[in-house]
Amino acid sequence: MEKETCTFSYCQKPEVVVVDTDFLIIGGGMAACGAAFEAARWATPKGLKVTMVDKAATDRSGAVAMGLSAINTYIGENKVEDYVRYVRADLMGIIREDLVFDLGRHVDNSVHMFEEWGLPIWKKSDDGWSLDGFQARDQGKPKLKDGGVPCRSGKWQIMINGESYKVIVAEAGKAALEYNRKALNIPQNHFERVFIVKLIKDAKEPDRVAGAVGFSVRENKVYVFKAKAILNASGGAVNVFRPRSTREGQGRAWYPVWNSGSGYYLGMSVGAEMTMMENRFVPARFKDGYGPVGAWFLFFKAKATDALGADYCAKDTAEFQDAVKKYGKWAEALGTAIRNHLMMQAMKQGRGPILMNTHTAMQELAKQMDAKRLKHLEAEAWEDFLDMCISQAGLWAATNTEPDKSPSEIMPTEPYLLGSHAGCAGFWVSGPGDIPGAPAEWFWGYNRMSTVKGLFMAGDIVGASGHKFSSGSHAEGRIAAKAAIAFILDNPNYTPELAANIDELVAEMYLPFEIYEKYKTYSTDPTVNPYYIRPNMYQARLQKIADEYFGGISTWYMTSKTMIEEGLRKLQLLKEDAARLAASNLHELLRCWENYHRALSLEAHARHILFREESRYPGYYYRGDFDFVDDNNWRAFVNSVYDPATDTFTLKKVPYVQIIPD
Amino acid sequence: MPSFVMVEKCDGCKAQDKTACQYICPNDLMTLDREKMKAFNQEPDQCWECYNCVKICPQQAIEIRGYADFFPLGASVIPMRGQDAIMWTIKFRSGAIKRFKFPIRLTPEGYWKAENIYEGLPEPDYSKIKGPGYFNYEARKE
Repeated sequence: MEKETCTFSYCQKPEVVVVDTDFLIIGGGMAACGAAFEAARWATPKGLKVTMVDKAATDRSGAVAMGLSAINTYIGENKVEDYVRYVRADLMGIIREDLVFDLGRHVDNSVHMFEEWGLPIWKKSDDGWSLDGFQARDQGKPKLKDGGVPCRSGKWQIMINGESYKVIVAEAGKAALEYNRKALNIPQNHFERVFIVKLIKDAKEPDRVAGAVGFSVRENKVYVFKAKAILNASGGAVNVFRPRSTREGQGRAWYPVWNSGSGYYLGMSVGAEMTMMENRFVPARFKDGYGPVGAWFLFFKAKATDALGADYCAKDTAEFQDAVKKYGKWAEALGTAIRNHLMMQAMKQGRGPILMNTHTAMQELAKQMDAKRLKHLEAEAWEDFLDMCISQAGLWAATNTEPDKSPSEIMPTEPYLLGSHAGCAGFWVSGPGDIPGAPAEWFWGYNRMSTVKGLFMAGDIVGASGHKFSSGSHAEGRIAAKAAIAFILDNPNYTPELAANIDELVAEMYLPFEIYEKYKTYSTDPTVNPYYIRPNMYQARLQKIADEYFGGISTWYMTSKTMIEEGLRKLQLLKEDAARLAASNLHELLRCWENYHRALSLEAHARHILFREESRYPGYYYRGDFDFVDDNNWRAFVNSVYDPATDTFTLKKVPYVQIIPD
Repeated sequence: MPSFVMVEKCDGCKAQDKTACQYICPNDLMTLDREKMKAFNQEPDQCWECYNCVKICPQQAIEIRGYADFFPLGASVIPMRGQDAIMWTIKFRSGAIKRFKFPIRLTPEGYWKAENIYEGLPEPDYSKIKGPGYFNYEARKE
């Protein structure tokens, strides 16, 4: 099709707002709020401006927007080295151990600050039961930093009353921005409802980032940010694969549906090196509602079985033996991926539905309790959902399910791309540089800086260092922000100059408006029109390709060289059609760009799977042509660089280095 | 389950400086019909059901109706979010009711501001800016 350009002949030209800052934080979630808190403290006495730009309202943006019932990373009485071992085993042996160790040695302070800011954290009572945040306060239990004992649900997890977790963390982040703003007399340094579309390199230094461009989703304005350092903390990719739910329910993704791959795309738009983009996460969750299972497994000690009552993860089964034969020692460890794999074997044999036996767990616990404690236990079970997945509580109510009386189905979801939960897809970043045993080439001066100078990464988009979760993302935002301020202080004479023409960028961003306005009257119903594609259908086409060719739910996560190659051909046509995306309002313009971000994130994912000739993550995806784990050849990182000028990827293998002994 | 707005209760936040649900929705779904002065969810199939619009609505005009592709009708989950706690009322399809109350925060809302956010915390030591640790924390050794 003929290439269209936006000349503002049909749509209105937006006002262009240019913002000069020193440190720009893109995103508003846990990592971004952590970055604001740390950065403002270091930056303000030096007169450096800190600015945050968030596509939503920071009080409720990012992956913690609904709330959480647990903090999954708190080292506490454990050893940081053991945290590295746990993350390594769960991610099938390939992590950046320097990054994970670094995270582990910092994360507790973020948790202590959350408690300081007012987050209610459960404590152990004197007789070993759990106290919620009010009870702990009223009984004078000390804070964690003063020796208070949390309620551990697992070795690394602590329980919280987390409905307002994000509101509290955002309040601290916003206060830090206000501190910077007032001290330096800046009119505005916190922008909500501004969606960043791409990053821009420096005009004089081609390996350096100089700015970011985006648009307001509330008014006809385009924003151009110029900065000396940028933190990309804009999240992973959800609704890239066709979801199990249909129609209305597709919003009920397990991970937040607004994580649109922007974090990946922004880094790719300036050619930042990626790592482990073949990784994905397929959580097993309560069916349809996607309610969390962690507390049920770890805190209430519930067991999952097939429909016949058998433990599908038992080590004496033929399925387990087969898994060990194909996937080696990583299968022995029974990590999250392998448990998924064994669950799927049971489902494929018709032994489903798989059941979480909440009722037997509750009945077992009830034997040890009086009526009052039992009531508290019931509240704890419901709070787990009401804090972080309210629809699961609704689904139980709508199906008359009482967890103490009957079991509930669990099932693996559609795949997600992320790097802070039990996944590790993201960018290749500099380590801290002081961890003994880490290769010298893993450090290039500034912690969490990407291979693009001045561009830092945190949270879901840092690769090869999963299991950070909410607290670790906050902690990593702080680590990256501190390093970014050091970078700015080391380069005092730098002035950003964008290697792009602003008018052209504005026209590119608004092209979907121009297309829509130009062609909308050609058909009687503007929804169906041969000249353009609407963003919701663009997403549908993307999800269909991902699902059918790259190992989604419809093939039980199975793919291969030939399937990926065919899928990539179809994806290429979809990418070309991005130039024909059409938007009738600002909301749809947001959706157009989000889905383009998803498309490029998906391509990186597919190309990495194609390059890695083994099935490193059985239970998440399988290469049918290489259905085994091959540690001799593939216990290595796969890294890639995307070149936006030529729209091509270059991939390579990077040797694994083990720092912490087995 | 997507949010819906009850016509009788929604006043379009006329008396507020902004439409509360539109302000808070993390996915840019809630919007105001300026002719009717009523809010609505413009893209129900992208609703995560985070309940932030339900919790923030000053008129309690917003509730959630379960995703129609897998939710049987007849149940509801209604929050009442206060200053330091949240109350939940869960109505089952059978008519059974459960109520729960949970803490949400131990500091007053809006407590943290520029003036106190770093109160009592150390000044940054720039000699340590390139090492591990935060301005207020030395990284663990083990």
